[in-house]
Amino acid sequence: MISGIQNGAAPAAKQKSGASGGFGHLLRRPEAGSLLGLVAVFVFFAIVAGQVFVSPAGFASWLNVAAEIGIVALPIGLLMIAGELDLSIGSVIPASSLMVAVVSGYWGLPDIIGIAAGLAFGTLVGYVNGILVVKTGVPSLIVTIGTMFGVMGLTLGLSVLVTGSTSTGLTPDALTTTLLGQFIAGMFQVTIFWWIAFALIVGYFLHFSPWGNWVYALGGDKISARNAGIPTEKLSIGLFMSSGFAAAFVGVSQVIVYQSAQVAGGQSFIFNSIMCVVIGGVLLTGGAGSVLGIVMGTITFAIVNQGIYFTSFDANLGSVIIGALLLLAVLMNDTFRKLALGATKKKG
Amino acid sequence: MTHPVLELRNVNKSFGPIDVLHDISLKINAGEVLCLLGDNGAGKSTLIKTLAGVHKPTSGEMLMDGKPVVFETPKQGSDAGIATVHQFGGTFPLMSIGRSFFVGVEPTKKIGPFKVFDRKTANETAVKAVREFGITRIDDGDRLIGGLSGGERQSLAIARAVHFGARVLILDEPTAALGVKQSSHVLRIILEARKRGIAVIFITHQVTHAMAVGDHFAVLIRGAVAANFMRGEKTREEITDLMAGGEALASLDAEVEDYMETHDGHAPQPQPKAEPVA
Repeated sequence: MISGIQNGAAPAAKQKSGASGGFGHLLRRPEAGSLLGLVAVFVFFAIVAGQVFVSPAGFASWLNVAAEIGIVALPIGLLMIAGELDLSIGSVIPASSLMVAVVSGYWGLPDIIGIAAGLAFGTLVGYVNGILVVKTGVPSLIVTIGTMFGVMGLTLGLSVLVTGSTSTGLTPDALTTTLLGQFIAGMFQVTIFWWIAFALIVGYFLHFSPWGNWVYALGGDKISARNAGIPTEKLSIGLFMSSGFAAAFVGVSQVIVYQSAQVAGGQSFIFNSIMCVVIGGVLLTGGAGSVLGIVMGTITFAIVNQGIYFTSFDANLGSVIIGALLLLAVLMNDTFRKLALGATKKKG
Repeated sequence: MTHPVLELRNVNKSFGPIDVLHDISLKINAGEVLCLLGDNGAGKSTLIKTLAGVHKPTSGEMLMDGKPVVFETPKQGSDAGIATVHQFGGTFPLMSIGRSFFVGVEPTKKIGPFKVFDRKTANETAVKAVREFGITRIDDGDRLIGGLSGGERQSLAIARAVHFGARVLILDEPTAALGVKQSSHVLRIILEARKRGIAVIFITHQVTHAMAVGDHFAVLIRGAVAANFMRGEKTREEITDLMAGGEALASLDAEVEDYMETHDGHAPQPQPKAEPVA
């Protein structure tokens, strides 16, 4: 009786896994949802916005936006895979911008010192975040909201104290401009290449180096990860430092591009980076996600963000689309995750 | 084989004013299954955490191979060969079999200047290790842990512990969340581990499961060893009675008798007779 049922079920299961060969395998990849989202959004704007959108200028408009968010979104993605959040980036970006402007613009020190100071500052904020989260056990959402406000206040206060103003200009030297503030072919920000470099490094770290495994394990089950001998505290602190560094990098490159720094600004990066990461298929509770997904999520976000200006729609509609996209992405990611877990179960 | 692999001598553990473990003395030999029985709150968890190095005994001695040991961290415990497998396998549902098998001890190879996670070796080793334990359904190291059944997850976790040189395997209620068939898988794996000369400490609520694989039984009541006996020395009823502290079941018996008196000798419910597994 029982064996009869099994015999009946076996060929059906086999057919299913056989038919799902190439496409099925693709669907089971964690990036499947974000790839579909990306293609859908691109096709939509290519049709609605027309020729301009697919011209080099069109590409440049969203690639420039994607590059800046993308550099932050990558380490934010790592943190989210590890089960943490970092909102402090929203004030680290303007703070590091301002630091470069004050050190190299207002005080006139060499650019390299200003840049080093900016990057060091961001990394330090990340370190403080990491220590606070690890030692106090307070959720990182709360800790980083705290440091975000702290950094924001310090930036404003110190800026007014030192320069007497909330914005400072900077005239970067030729080398710095070439490396960080150049527009290639007059429209593509050099930041795009930095983004690619960040993606390659983070991709190596997460998917190929042995430490990537630790990040997944940390997000999957912190206690098991610690029992398995992973230095979870050091790893968490390191990840917060990397997001602080990346935020500072964006701040530094912004001040070089725009040649001035304001106290405000950068808040939009908080939610934008999280959205890019989630659209890219990273599980909110941690334990799953990929660099390819995060990159595709960032591009998707940037296309909607900029593509809307190429259409005849009201630009505010862009936010509505992004909101809907986010919801859809989470639903879709859940579906694909179930597919990944279920489909493998039937095999063999 | 003169010394037990692991021995506790008069171990006490208290958290502040609360005494959780009281004067525990236990021995466990290689190739032996010690079943640790006891009701919720009897101190089983504290005992195994003490063995694993999560807690330090307040007083008393722990010996491995006859030599006193003190574990400051769980890491030291696992380095000494004490491995704990928890109820849900302590694994990561969204990681692949190969990746989760090697968490913390990733095999690497060099590609140019880069250290790279050796996925092929990891997958092959993991699949081989778990197949040696008789779980032949697992053949692809890229499958996600979340796609495995509860019994397979347990088996994988046990195979992992054994692969990494566990000498004492602590299984914390491995069959609690499993069905009958899955449980018998896990029990078979316990026997396989025993055959390899590993000392197994098997924590369970289910007397049937304990009797199927146990060589040696210890019953904990309120933090103390209430009974310590070898296979065949006590019946299932006696053990169940012991686990519940005797009183609970005695009062249940009394209730049943009361019921029968008022219901023309009918029992409230027919008691299904459990049969031993395997």
